[in-house]
Amino acid sequence: MIDDLITALGAEFVQLSLTPIVIGTLAAIACALPGNFLLLRRQALIGDAISHVVLPGIVAAFLVTGTITAVPMMIGAGAAAIVAVIMIEIVKRLGRVEPGAAMGLVFTTLFAAGVLFLEITDTSSVHIDVQHALLGNLESLIWFDAEGWGSLLDPAALATLPPQLPRLAVVLVGITLFIFLFWKELKISTFDAAFAGAIGIRPRALGFALVVATAVAAVAAFDAVGSIIVIAMFVCPPASARLMTNQLARQVGWSVIFATISAVLGYVFAGYGPGWFGSPYAVSAAGMIATVSGVILILTCLFGPQRKRTGQHAEA
Amino acid sequence: MGFVDYFISALFLQAGYNSALVAIGAGLLGLSAGSAGAFIFLRKRALVSDAISHATLPGVGLAFIIMVAFGSDGRWLPGLILGSAISSAIGLLMVEWITRKTRLTEDAAIGAVLSVFFGFGIVLLTVIQTMSSGRQAGLENFLLGSTAGMLISEATTIAIAGALAAAFVFLLRRPMTLVAFDPEYAATTGVNVRNIDLAMMGLALIVTVIGLKIVGLILIVALLIIPPVAARFWTNQVGKMIGIAAVIGGLSGYIGAVLSAAEASLPTGPIIVLVAFGFFLISALFSPLRGGLASALRHQRFQRRVHRRQGLLSLARREPIYDGLTIRILRRAGMIRADGVATARGRIAAEKAAHDEARWAMARRMLPDDSAIERYDGLTPIERMMTPDQIAEIDRMILSAQNAQAQQGATT
Repeated sequence: MIDDLITALGAEFVQLSLTPIVIGTLAAIACALPGNFLLLRRQALIGDAISHVVLPGIVAAFLVTGTITAVPMMIGAGAAAIVAVIMIEIVKRLGRVEPGAAMGLVFTTLFAAGVLFLEITDTSSVHIDVQHALLGNLESLIWFDAEGWGSLLDPAALATLPPQLPRLAVVLVGITLFIFLFWKELKISTFDAAFAGAIGIRPRALGFALVVATAVAAVAAFDAVGSIIVIAMFVCPPASARLMTNQLARQVGWSVIFATISAVLGYVFAGYGPGWFGSPYAVSAAGMIATVSGVILILTCLFGPQRKRTGQHAEA
Repeated sequence: MGFVDYFISALFLQAGYNSALVAIGAGLLGLSAGSAGAFIFLRKRALVSDAISHATLPGVGLAFIIMVAFGSDGRWLPGLILGSAISSAIGLLMVEWITRKTRLTEDAAIGAVLSVFFGFGIVLLTVIQTMSSGRQAGLENFLLGSTAGMLISEATTIAIAGALAAAFVFLLRRPMTLVAFDPEYAATTGVNVRNIDLAMMGLALIVTVIGLKIVGLILIVALLIIPPVAARFWTNQVGKMIGIAAVIGGLSGYIGAVLSAAEASLPTGPIIVLVAFGFFLISALFSPLRGGLASALRHQRFQRRVHRRQGLLSLARREPIYDGLTIRILRRAGMIRADGVATARGRIAAEKAAHDEARWAMARRMLPDDSAIERYDGLTPIERMMTPDQIAEIDRMILSAQNAQAQQGATT
C-alpha cells in the first residue's frame, strides 16, 4: 500500500503531474482572492466578462507582434479588458440599459470579433485557437527535466520549469499584497461605499483597482488554464466560502481552501479518475476542476452553516 | 463567382436550396430571439440567459453518449436539442434554487451555474473524443455554430421551432409585458409572476437550444441581448420595441447566415453576432430618439439658439460682443456687419428680443407660480407660452411701471 503511494508520487508524478497541479492551484487561488470582493459587491460576472474579452486581446497582440510571447499577450489582454470596461460604461450611459445587458452586449461582441480574427488570420504557425482559449492546456505544462523530488533543489532543473508557474506565483503574490495592504479600505468600501467615501477612502478608484487586479489574475490564469477555470474560480470558491462564515477574513480563508481542493482534486480526478473506471484516457482537467468547485458549492448550499439570509431562519 | 456576387445572390436566396433554407432558419431564429430577448431585457435579467446557454453543453454530451449507447449515430439533432433543453432547464432551476434558498445573489448563481455546467460539459466532450476516436463527433461545432454541411432536415427543424417560439412570444406578450414593468402590480391582478418569469426564461431556453447549431452556445446569448438593446434606442413603447427587436434579430440572423454561407470556412455564430452589433452601432448613432448623432445635433442647435439670443440682447443693450461663436452666428444671420455694428435687421431682431425679455421679466413678477414661468428657458418667445390676453396685461404693467419710473425721475 505504502509502496503504491510512493510509486504514485514518484519521479513520474513530479515530471508529469506536480507542475500542472501547482499551476492549477496558483491560478485558482489568484482568481478566488479578488473573487471574494467581486461577489460581495455583486460584480461576480465582471470576471465572466473579462475572461471572454481576453481572447480578442491576445489575438490582437498576435496580429500586432506576429509572435505569441507572454508579455505582448498579457498587455493585449489587459488592454482588451480595459477597453471592455470602458465600452460597458459607454453602452450603459448611451443606451441607458442595465449593467447586465451592457456587459452581455460588449463581451459577446468582443469575443465574436476575437474568434473571427483568429479564423481569418493565419495562425497555423503558432499554437493559438479557440479550444485552447477555452480549455487552456494544463495537462501539457509538464516539467521535462525533472527526475524526481530531488529536482526541486536542482537549479538546472528548476530553470526549465514551465514559465507559467513563476509568472502565476508573481501574480498571486501581487494580488495577495494588494488585498493585504488595502484590506481595511476594501472591506469598508465593499460593505458601505458611502461611509468609505466619507472617511476619505476613494471607493471608485479602489473599485477600479479591484477590476484591474481581477483582469491581471484572469489574464495570467487564462494563459495557463483557459477561461473556464478562470470564471469558475472567480465565482465558485468565494460563493461557497460565503455560505460558511459571516466574517470576511474567514471567508477569504475558506475560499483559498476551496480553490485549492478544487484544483488538486479536479486534476487528480481528470488524470487518474478514468483509470479507476478502466479507461486509458484522461479527461479535461480544466473542466474537471470547474466541476469539483461546483460540487463543493452544491454541498455548501445544502449544509453550509451560514447558507441562509439573515432572518430567513425565522420564516422557514 | 466573387464573394460579393455570391453574397448578393445568396441574399436573394438564389445560391442554392440548402443555403436559402439555412438563411431562412437563421432569420426565424433571430426573430424569435429578438422578441423573447426584449422581455428578458425589460425584466433586467439578460445574463440569466447566459447561464442557460452555457448549461446546454452537458446535455448535448450526455444525449450523444446515450444515443451512441443505444446504437444510433449520436448526431441526430432533435435528440441533441432535447438533451440540451433538459440540462439547461436544470441549470435555470439551479440559478433559481440558489438565489431562493441561500444568501447568494443572482449574479453569483449565474456565474457558478454557467462555469460549472460548461466545465462539466467539456469533461463529457473529452470523454466522447476518446469514446468515438474513429469518427469525429463534431460536437465542438455547438460551441461557435456552423452551417457548413447542414442537413435539410436540421434546417427545417430550426425553422419550425423558431416559428413556434415566435408564436409563443405573441401569445404571452401581455402578461410578460406586465411582469417586466411592474411585477407587484402584475401579482395583484392575478398574474402568477413566478410562472411568467419561468415562461420568459423558458423562451430563452427554446431559442438557445434551437440556436445551438447555427450560432453556438457561447454566443447565442448575444442574439437575445443585442437586438432589444438596439431597439430601445428607437422607441419608448413596449409593443414597438418588441417588434423592432424581432426585426433586428431576424435581419442579423439572416444576413449573418448568408455572409457565412459565402465564406464557408468561418464559424456562423461570430458573424451573426457582429452583424447584430452593427445594428446596435447604427441605432446608437443614428436613431432620432436617443442616438448619439441626434443628441449631438440637438445640443448644437440649442447652443446656437442660446448664443443668438444672448448676442441679440447684447446688441439691444449696445454692449460689444467678444464671443467668437456668437459673432459668427449673428454674422451669418445678417444681424451684424463685419465691424460688429448691427444691421437694420439686427436692430429689429435685437429690439424684439429685448422686448420679449422685458415681458418675461414682468411675467415672472406678476405670475411667479404660473406653469409657463416654470418652463421658461430664456429662449422661447413669450407669445408661444402665454395667451394674447395675458401678454396685453403684461404690456400694460410694463407701461405703467415705465410711467411710474418716469414720474419718479421728474419729481426728483
